[in-house]
Amino acid sequence: MTTVNTQKPDLSPPPATQTNPLTWLQKNLFSTWYNSLITLTIFAVFFQFFKGFLTWATTQAKWTVIPANLSLFFVGRFPKDEYWRLWLILAVIIFLSGLTWGTLARNSPKLFSINSLIGLTVTGLVILTITGLIVVLLPISITYRLLLLAMVVFLVVTAWVGKQVAKKTPNLVNWLPLAWFLSFFIVLWLMTGGLILDNVSTNDWGGLLLTVYMAVVGIVLSLPFGILLALGRQSTLPVICWLCRLYIEIIRGVPLITILFMGQVMLPFFLPADWRPDRVLRAIVGLTMFSAAYLAENVRGGLQSIPRGQSEAAKALGLNTPLTLILIVLPQAIKSVIPAIVGQFIGLFQDTTLLAIVGLVELLGISRSILANPRYIGRYAEVYLFIGVIYWLICFAMSQGSKRLERQLNIERN
Amino acid sequence: MHKWSSLLLAVTLLVAPLSACGSSSDTTSGGNSRLDVVKGRGELVCGVDGSIPGFSYLDENGEYSGLDVDICRAVAAALFDDPNAVQFRNLDSTERFEALKGGEVDMLSRNTTWTISRDTAIGMEFAPTTFYDGQGMMVRTDSNIQSLEDFEGKSICVEAGTTTELNLTDNMRELGVNFEPVTYQQADPAYAAYAEGRCQGMTSDKSQLIARRSTLPNPDDHILLDITMSKEPLGPVTVDNDSAWFDTVKWVTYALVEAEELGITQENLAEMKESQDPTIRRFLGIEGTLGEDMGLPNDFAARVVNHIGNYGEVYDRNLGADSQFNLERGLNDLWKNGGLLYSPPFR
Amino acid sequence: MMTDQEQKIPLWRDDRFWRIAGQVIVVIGVIAFFGILGSNLVRNLQQAGIGFSFEFLGNNASFAISESVIPYNPSLDSYSRVLMAGLLNTLRIAISGIILTTIVGIFAGIAQFSDNWLLRKLSVIYIEIVRNTPLLLQLLFWYAMFLQLPSVEEKFDLAGIIFLSKRGINLPFPASPQIWLWLAALVVTAIAAFFLWQWRTKIIVEQGQSGQPQLITLWLTVITAILIIVFGFGWQAPQSPEPGTIETGLRLSIEFTSLLMGLVFYTGAFIAEIVRAGIQSVPKGQWEAARSLGLKSGLVMRLVVFPQALRVIIPPLNSQYLNLVKNSSLAIAVAYPDLYNVANTTFNQTGRVIQVILIIMITYLLLNLIISLLMNLLNISVQLKER
Repeated sequence: MTTVNTQKPDLSPPPATQTNPLTWLQKNLFSTWYNSLITLTIFAVFFQFFKGFLTWATTQAKWTVIPANLSLFFVGRFPKDEYWRLWLILAVIIFLSGLTWGTLARNSPKLFSINSLIGLTVTGLVILTITGLIVVLLPISITYRLLLLAMVVFLVVTAWVGKQVAKKTPNLVNWLPLAWFLSFFIVLWLMTGGLILDNVSTNDWGGLLLTVYMAVVGIVLSLPFGILLALGRQSTLPVICWLCRLYIEIIRGVPLITILFMGQVMLPFFLPADWRPDRVLRAIVGLTMFSAAYLAENVRGGLQSIPRGQSEAAKALGLNTPLTLILIVLPQAIKSVIPAIVGQFIGLFQDTTLLAIVGLVELLGISRSILANPRYIGRYAEVYLFIGVIYWLICFAMSQGSKRLERQLNIERN
Repeated sequence: MHKWSSLLLAVTLLVAPLSACGSSSDTTSGGNSRLDVVKGRGELVCGVDGSIPGFSYLDENGEYSGLDVDICRAVAAALFDDPNAVQFRNLDSTERFEALKGGEVDMLSRNTTWTISRDTAIGMEFAPTTFYDGQGMMVRTDSNIQSLEDFEGKSICVEAGTTTELNLTDNMRELGVNFEPVTYQQADPAYAAYAEGRCQGMTSDKSQLIARRSTLPNPDDHILLDITMSKEPLGPVTVDNDSAWFDTVKWVTYALVEAEELGITQENLAEMKESQDPTIRRFLGIEGTLGEDMGLPNDFAARVVNHIGNYGEVYDRNLGADSQFNLERGLNDLWKNGGLLYSPPFR
Repeated sequence: MMTDQEQKIPLWRDDRFWRIAGQVIVVIGVIAFFGILGSNLVRNLQQAGIGFSFEFLGNNASFAISESVIPYNPSLDSYSRVLMAGLLNTLRIAISGIILTTIVGIFAGIAQFSDNWLLRKLSVIYIEIVRNTPLLLQLLFWYAMFLQLPSVEEKFDLAGIIFLSKRGINLPFPASPQIWLWLAALVVTAIAAFFLWQWRTKIIVEQGQSGQPQLITLWLTVITAILIIVFGFGWQAPQSPEPGTIETGLRLSIEFTSLLMGLVFYTGAFIAEIVRAGIQSVPKGQWEAARSLGLKSGLVMRLVVFPQALRVIIPPLNSQYLNLVKNSSLAIAVAYPDLYNVANTTFNQTGRVIQVILIIMITYLLLNLIISLLMNLLNISVQLKER
């Protein structure tokens, strides 16, 4: 026997959470006496710091060193008449990024909700905006400004096109990795010359161009090696396992600078007398050897996270070991460690600075050369601040991209 | 299984173009001289420091310039009639000999001091000195430091891996002075640290000190002590056991000096070619076969002067009257004017 | 029956055969590869006229280094001695760096959970700036900043205890003759304090007492320790008998300090992230349960959350420490004479590249092994004890 209570319960609204600035300040900055103290200290220090920095930046600092050497900072001693190639490279990369971005965003209602599987697109966009900003801030020729603007427009257009095309033919997605892979060779050809183009010696590469090139080539080359090493380390064959472990532990145990130094100075000793690879290649060997070992550990983590049931199920279906690995285990393992791989890439990007110690003129190396020019001696703070900002922007963009990616992957997994 | 091979194929594909962008195969063994290698390559690979004002550094156009750089360009001009047929490699003092021995560069023109151990034990071959120098010491004018003894308990900035470092230790050991050496891998940070007052003294070759002094914020605040700690004959270097190549570098260097002695400059080269003086005619390759006998073009000296000028012009342009350093010729003048430059006769 | 089966399987389809054959092939391949490299090496070394022996280590080094823990005289001592001095300098930076970076990292990590909005944001800004710029650039920056300090004659004098100048940072240093005695006393007090702390925690947790008397005793031991440190050690402040010289006390050169700062703050940012992730890995329910038991927030962190977070924090810490040790080889950029820097000068003066590189690699590998071992021991002590 139940009685229906027809009386309405007395529902009073919940107490309003007040969010006027004053209460916010009280809650977040001055909740207790020591919090107030911390707040005031931070404020005081910050004020001093900014005051000092601004006076330095506006009165003492001589910024002419930056615009005067802009081309050196960005592309080193790349021949001026061949700059069009670099623009072409940028265009190729933007074209592909746009397409990728568009295809990946094909199912989302808005184009600009970035849910890309490749954090690179985000990075590309951010780098572009930065270049755009630099364009506005720095006195460079009007052609370059227009070119950069055109590049940004081009990115948006290709993204839109990519989206439309991908809606019609969903199979396009499968061709993208191949396109990226091929573009790598196109870029390489544009940078070195050959066939119908004039040769550009790797000696003339420098600045940011060399930094980016080194990082990209380093990671692309170390991926296959890293995966092979990881598989070798997981292998049940004792000899292979042992060899891979030895390699990984040795490389991870020594500073990168010694490996680079070995690449620069000792590699010639290990090769036949008539084969002298050039400097950039030697640095690539060093970087690849180094980052393959680290990548192998990342990939191994991914491999261990795959439940055994997966490979057992594959075996039950009659797949042999290599096929099981390639079709079942590796795709899942690599997918789960993509964020770690991006982290690795950021690390590698920062590690390219060490090439300055072994005498390459990447961004930091070329800065040191510029600082030796009598006109700019002593402009350390300005130059280091400038390249620091460049490094920071690129790395920050990548780490944000990888965070986004991680969230994306987590959503897909759950 | 074929998936594996395709993966391997991809890796090889990736590596193949990279190895293709390595430099062409150079050999130095088996009677094949470096000279033929350089000729075959069509350009010279020259190791420089890349950050010594007045000797080798990048100007705003991204072009290498300086006295050391001009020596490289002179060799390229002699071989190819093109002073720009040079690839420059920045080498720091610690890797220069390895790079030369490894065949990565054909020659060094990198402020390298000629010493017996480098010439014998390390296996180098020193072309004639292009700059006579001595190790000096720079201090602040107001520091009251007059001599090396005054460095007791003070610090001195020095570049690593150089004879400078060893000379300094030797000199101080002799005097029994306790000092703190602060050793930098490259010259730039060393001078920066000195300029900022990290060290009371800065030691290096005097030419460098003078060149660098002019680039310090207030040059007049610094003074070179009247001390010479060592003899530092600086010149181009090649590798042992390759006479043909060594002769090339040696005689191109001498050609710069001889041109100055004969009074041939970039401007008057055309009229000098009309000269009836047999010495000048032989030198410029109009008569005789001096160049051909070495395996060089016969007019190699004329090419050098045409593109680079004579030694005096090179000096003035980079270090002397026409540069910001305004360095006296001193020892680096012709023997006729009381210097040490003396070219054996071209005949 | 089995034999029939086995006969039916041809050799090239037999897994067992391939497992062994594959390994043999790999071994032969590796041996061949190294053989080719080795023969090239021998030939090239012969051409360059460099022998392969370690005899040069006994030769006179004759180059000076700016700081050394052990007495080193360039005119008498050998290359091995100077390499030893370099190794000790590396250890010096590594040990002080590991201790400081742990403090910085834990502080910055916990600061992200502070009630103070500014502090939270500040630690995020610090982490994002430091993690996304190359370490080498940061080292050069620190060095440039330290070079802005005044000269020795116009040094900063902080209450006569600390001097700051371009020569470095001068701190007071214990100089009491019975220093070892006092140190032993300090260790005893520390051990006593530790057991008191454990006992108090046990009482609070298991018997629900307030732990007040124990707390008072604990404070007393702490005060004793402070008294020992202040009066027993016989601190000697740096003296400046005449302008331009500084004597006694402990001198940290600016090379050492900028390298230390760079490494500490760079690695600290990564450790802060590890600490944050560790604290976040503790389920929310743990916080809530602890609070509902009436524990104060400080105690919640100390007794409930942090011990559980430690299990997640310690394994990745190991690799950060290893990174710090390896990155200390960048000392070469700020003129600090660490192992790599000294070794670099050594092979310059001797031309024995291969031998010196081998020495460097083996030394760093050993350092890594030692750190990993210690960290594993620590890890075993905090991991879940399965009952």
